[in-house]
Amino acid sequence: MLVAGAPPGRVPRGAYARGVRDEHGIQAEGLVREFKGGIRAVDGIRLEVRPGEIYGFLGPNGAGKSTTVHMLTTLLPPTAGTACVAGFDVARDGAKVRAAIGAALQEAALDPLLTGREHLRLQTALHGMPKAERRERTEALLERVGLTQAADRKVRTYSGGMKRRLDLALALVHEPSILFLDEPTTGLDPQSRNALWSEVARLSGDEGVTVFLTTQYLEEADVLADRVGIIDHGRIVAEGTPGALKAEIGRPSVEAVPCNSSERAAVAEVLRRFGRPVPGSPKGVTVRLDGGEEALADVVRALETEGLHLDHLQLHSPTLDDVFLAKTGRSLEGAAEEAESRPDAESEGEPEPLRA
Amino acid sequence: MTRPLALQVGSLARRSVVRTLRQPVNVVPSFLFPLILLAVNVGGLGAAERLPGFPTDSYLDFALAFTFMQGALFATTNAGTDLARDIQTGFLNRLALTPMRSAALLLGQLAGIVALALIQATLYLAVGLVAGVRPESGVAGLFVVVFLAVLVALAFGAIGAFLALRTGTGEAVQAMFPLLFVFLFLSSMNLPRNLIEIDWFRIVATINPVSYLIEGIRSLIITGWDAQALALGFGLALAIGAVALAAASVWLQGRLARS
Repeated sequence: MLVAGAPPGRVPRGAYARGVRDEHGIQAEGLVREFKGGIRAVDGIRLEVRPGEIYGFLGPNGAGKSTTVHMLTTLLPPTAGTACVAGFDVARDGAKVRAAIGAALQEAALDPLLTGREHLRLQTALHGMPKAERRERTEALLERVGLTQAADRKVRTYSGGMKRRLDLALALVHEPSILFLDEPTTGLDPQSRNALWSEVARLSGDEGVTVFLTTQYLEEADVLADRVGIIDHGRIVAEGTPGALKAEIGRPSVEAVPCNSSERAAVAEVLRRFGRPVPGSPKGVTVRLDGGEEALADVVRALETEGLHLDHLQLHSPTLDDVFLAKTGRSLEGAAEEAESRPDAESEGEPEPLRA
Repeated sequence: MTRPLALQVGSLARRSVVRTLRQPVNVVPSFLFPLILLAVNVGGLGAAERLPGFPTDSYLDFALAFTFMQGALFATTNAGTDLARDIQTGFLNRLALTPMRSAALLLGQLAGIVALALIQATLYLAVGLVAGVRPESGVAGLFVVVFLAVLVALAFGAIGAFLALRTGTGEAVQAMFPLLFVFLFLSSMNLPRNLIEIDWFRIVATINPVSYLIEGIRSLIITGWDAQALALGFGLALAIGAVALAAASVWLQGRLARS
């Protein structure tokens, strides 16, 4: 059962899946989606998600994550390129794709006037299940996501975490082999987030469900995903396991913040002896250490020798944010702010459906 | 209707009815306002019954038909706003990912209108009977009045669904309300067409299909069984409903945008 308050921490990954439900996974080649005004929300991405794995699609707001999900789930026809989901072409075999997938989209689209149980009954009926199976599946899923007690309450009284859990249950009604989760933990408290992570990991690990998960949270991608694709401005800029991506960046960086801001230039001069400057906090100086972690002691001694006093000295091991920084020249946080200030930023969050 | 389609329609209809009944803020005005307007009209225009050629000696009998039309207009706005909300919140996307057929969505959505229209028509008729209205078509006529009122509400509801699917916003649907209301007022709602003295008004009322919808219901109350009025009323309600439903279906296909 998925309950808020499940043990936090690193969750098991799908790599040890006992049995994989789907043999095909997801493949996309040269996938493009252009909106009005020639805005390319997705600009020729290529990706492959293996059966049974959790694929984390990481990027800032407006990067093209949701548009990609809408295309892969057949909700939005691609402008160009091809994509196969569960072995079916998203443009030609939409109905077969939809039969194989479950999706919890970004907006957690629920009807505030219906109860949790009514949502599940509607969803099971639309999937054409017989009456007895509808009832059984509804109860099982309510139990699984920990909403049995709240099943007869209207959704407008649910917390954000409860809505997300119901959303997940609705996506699982027809036991899909591939699950799309579009920013499933955005706005959730840590307990609800950890509970959802555990359930996603269990779905992949125990039931062999392939999971395509978009996120703007580094930690989520790092903890949950077997492999990560980093998307920026509609293009995949890096792809691999979190470990491999971080190893690509290699060396750690050190950040020094002087007590006196007038000494910032002097600190920078000292640090430059140990590595290449990289963007960091505006009050401090950050360099990528040529000599790795071992150089830290020399850095401290050099600063001491120059009589420079520090307010703060921190060693950063490479993170996925560093990977993003290395690949795009911006941090994820900065990219998100930039995306929000762009006039076309809305085109990512709510893709306009194609008119017939 | 195949069994899976029937199940889908039934489930979506149930949702539509449940949603309708759980929004008293939307439902109650659709019961009260037409009755208030009826009282105002009868109080203010009651003297019209003394005009030479006026078809009945009771203005209440004459005016009651308009109440059904105004109720139907409320149903239009409610249905359209609900559907627009589904588009705005992404609920339509959720439905689009199921094997749901688009016909099921429209038919299910319209079921909520039928439920509301049935309650409205029964209430208006009951109030009319209590106030002294005695339909010339007798008891059987009462059922036909309700049936035609529901059919008109369905036709108007299909217009609401079309507007929602065309614009995708509840605000746009609500903004159409005053425009549709003008159609009601530029009809034979307050006077028989032959007694409207202003030429342009009479011409507009004559070409306005709403006049014939009102006159269909009105004929059952003040005339009896008038085949021509009923044929025009039922015929236009069916025609408006069919055209609006077809237009809504086309736009629904676009909104679902599934490959």
